[in-house]
Amino acid sequence: MAVDEQVLYSVKNVKKHYPIKGGMLQRVKSHVKAVDGITLDIYRGETLGVVGESGCGKSTLGRTILGLESLTEGELVFNGNNISKYSPRQLKPFKKEMQMIFQDPYASLNPKQRIGDALEEAFIIHTNLPAEKRREKVIKLLNEVGLKEDHYERYPHEFSGGQRQRIGIARAISINPSFIVCDEPVSALDVSVQAQVIKLLKDLQEKHALTYLFVSHDLGVVRHLCNRVLVMYLGQMVELAPVNKLYENPTHPYTEALLSAIPRPAVGRKRERIRLTGDLPSPSNPPTGCPFHTRCPIAKDHCTTEKPAWRQMDDGHFIACHER
Amino acid sequence: MKDTVLEVTNLVTKFKSADGLLPAVRGASFSVKKGETLCIVGESGCGKSITALSIMGLLPSNGLITDGSITFNDQNLASMSPKKMQKLRGNDVSMIFQEPMTALNPVFTIGFQIREPLLIHQKLSKKQAHARGIELLKMVGIPSPAERMNQYPHELSGGMRQRVMIAIALSCNPSLLIADEPTTALDVTIQAQIIDLLNDLKEQLDMSMIMITHDMGVVAEIADRVIVMYAGEVIEEGRVEEIFENPQHPYTKGLLSSVPNVDDPDFELKPIAGSMPMLNEKISGCRFHPRCPYAFDKCFSESPKTFSVTDKQNVRCWLQEEVEQNGGRRASSL
Ligand SMILES: Nc1ncnc2c1ncn2[C@@H]1O[C@H](COP(=O)(O)OP(=O)(O)OP(=O)(O)O)[C@@H](O)[C@H]1O
Ligand SMILES: Nc1ncnc2c1ncn2[C@@H]1O[C@H](COP(=O)(O)OP(=O)(O)OP(=O)(O)O)[C@@H](O)[C@H]1O
Ligand code: SF4
Ligand code: SF4
Ligand SMILES: [Mg+2]
Ligand SMILES: [Mg+2]
Repeated sequence: MAVDEQVLYSVKNVKKHYPIKGGMLQRVKSHVKAVDGITLDIYRGETLGVVGESGCGKSTLGRTILGLESLTEGELVFNGNNISKYSPRQLKPFKKEMQMIFQDPYASLNPKQRIGDALEEAFIIHTNLPAEKRREKVIKLLNEVGLKEDHYERYPHEFSGGQRQRIGIARAISINPSFIVCDEPVSALDVSVQAQVIKLLKDLQEKHALTYLFVSHDLGVVRHLCNRVLVMYLGQMVELAPVNKLYENPTHPYTEALLSAIPRPAVGRKRERIRLTGDLPSPSNPPTGCPFHTRCPIAKDHCTTEKPAWRQMDDGHFIACHER
Repeated sequence: MKDTVLEVTNLVTKFKSADGLLPAVRGASFSVKKGETLCIVGESGCGKSITALSIMGLLPSNGLITDGSITFNDQNLASMSPKKMQKLRGNDVSMIFQEPMTALNPVFTIGFQIREPLLIHQKLSKKQAHARGIELLKMVGIPSPAERMNQYPHELSGGMRQRVMIAIALSCNPSLLIADEPTTALDVTIQAQIIDLLNDLKEQLDMSMIMITHDMGVVAEIADRVIVMYAGEVIEEGRVEEIFENPQHPYTKGLLSSVPNVDDPDFELKPIAGSMPMLNEKISGCRFHPRCPYAFDKCFSESPKTFSVTDKQNVRCWLQEEVEQNGGRRASSL
């Protein structure tokens, strides 16, 4: 994996708030701050992991930076182009560069369409290849993700979970994108199949110089696959670091708790686990001050009122915490 | 042995289907001792839930036990009348089901759902049941339990709903608790709370537990003994240390090297090729042979016998026969 510190995608103070409507008139009562101020540079060729608990805004972040959600605030600069305000027409060439792999590719496949035809669609939209060549391309793709030529004629329900994920991957890489958001691409798979798909994602990245934003709640998979990791909590960034630094020297109290909570598949080694009490607060009514203060074992008075600033600890390692 | 709470012998559970009767559990045998936690592991579709549901007498309508025995405190559950089974479920055995979000009824309060079994099975008065309900919610670590009694499931987070399920399962002081993937849908910090809770409660109440999971990390945290299932069969069993430190079956080894190690940056992922067979697939010999890197002639035609590795560890694999012939019990070099 060649990560060359060249910024591919710059995400600046991105926010995505969803209105919550209610009452007889369906007025907007409040907002869910799903993503609330994310600033990131994504380097060419890297795999940037995004971790955090359910509902912290990982998928929303992925969708927003792919332009699949309108921005509430912020800027998106892809390859030097500020695409935040582009029209759909202006966006088209950029959309070709950016793809997504979903947790459940089945949901996005038409059950009545043969897999081969589904995969050809991207070539119809983005190229003007003749039918013969398109079919050739699709068969090459199927082989590349470990499927066979006769899978072309099959329908989605005839595939296993792992095979469907391979189809999702084939679809994402079909028109040579440079950037792929992988949203929990292996979470629904059995561990043996999960390991196969992780290997495939790694091989394809190397072969096609892909840049991944890898959303996952599986911290083992993230360590294995990512170069850097962003930890999110209630739509905000709490820690960002190169992968080994984060796992060996977690600094934010939330990251510490998260890493200490993972059940390790090894016996006899008793680890002291940081016990968090309380549940995740609601993103429509986030705590004031530091978003983590309701569960933080070292919270001080000022944490409830003052929001901690995002600051650099050392090279490439950032956190938002008053006490660390 | 008197301290054995549950003994399952050669359990065969089949489903009626268009292709005839298809076995989902193929001759599973295992036991659970008093105060012990047995984990059942294996990938999706290997028969973990169906094994548990067979014990509970709660199989789907097209499923039936066709062979074997299930002995719980000297009673054979496989041949027990539905009525007696129901009574047993409310008193001695309870289960936490795989899908917590669907296991609570959305239209009744938490209080109603926790009082119900206490009224029916423990014959408590409504007032007593209410007080006991609050006690149970408190025991599973739910803050302000009295107020929660009046709330509906949707007003609670996933982790809290899972605790309510545990509280309800414990309401009858069961001697055996079966927990089917009780933490799978939860975040790791909440999962850690539930695992700690189950471990604490088990000590306090001296109950036996069967925990079903596909997460080897959870197994290491909670199990005393482990059985590994593949395609309806128990392919290896042993003490938790034996399974993690000296696994013998190629599938067990494969499972362990398919999970990236969070603590090791250089962990080498070694996937097992292929995937779990469907129920209607016909496989001769060892059911793992199409995926097994060590398969040899005998594996294609003969179903492996069970070999003992230690007094607690057993494995169903022909490789073990060679190990035995070569003087037995050498550490695996595979
Ligand atoms: N279309 C929408 N309308 C309203 N609220 C939404 C919408 N999509 C997401 N949300 C809310 O935004 C928050 C973040 O959701 P998101 O799906 O991004 O979380 P996530 O980190 O991906 O969680 P998970 O790990 O469960 O997938 C949640 O509170 C969610 O309910
Ligand atoms: N009602 C049913 N009719 C037919 N087959 C069934 C039925 N219920 C389960 N099966 C099949 O029985 C096998 C064992 O299912 P089981 O639910 O025990 O798997 P499991 O090991 O619990 O998997 P998971 O980890 O996905 O929960 C599977 O192949 C499943 O498809
Ligand atoms: S700012 Fe305060 S509450 Fe937030 S993580 Fe740091 S110590 Fe905890
Ligand atoms: S019996 Fe043969 S095929 Fe089956 S696990 Fe052992 S070596 Fe592999
Ligand atoms: Mg998500
Ligand atoms: Mg199951």
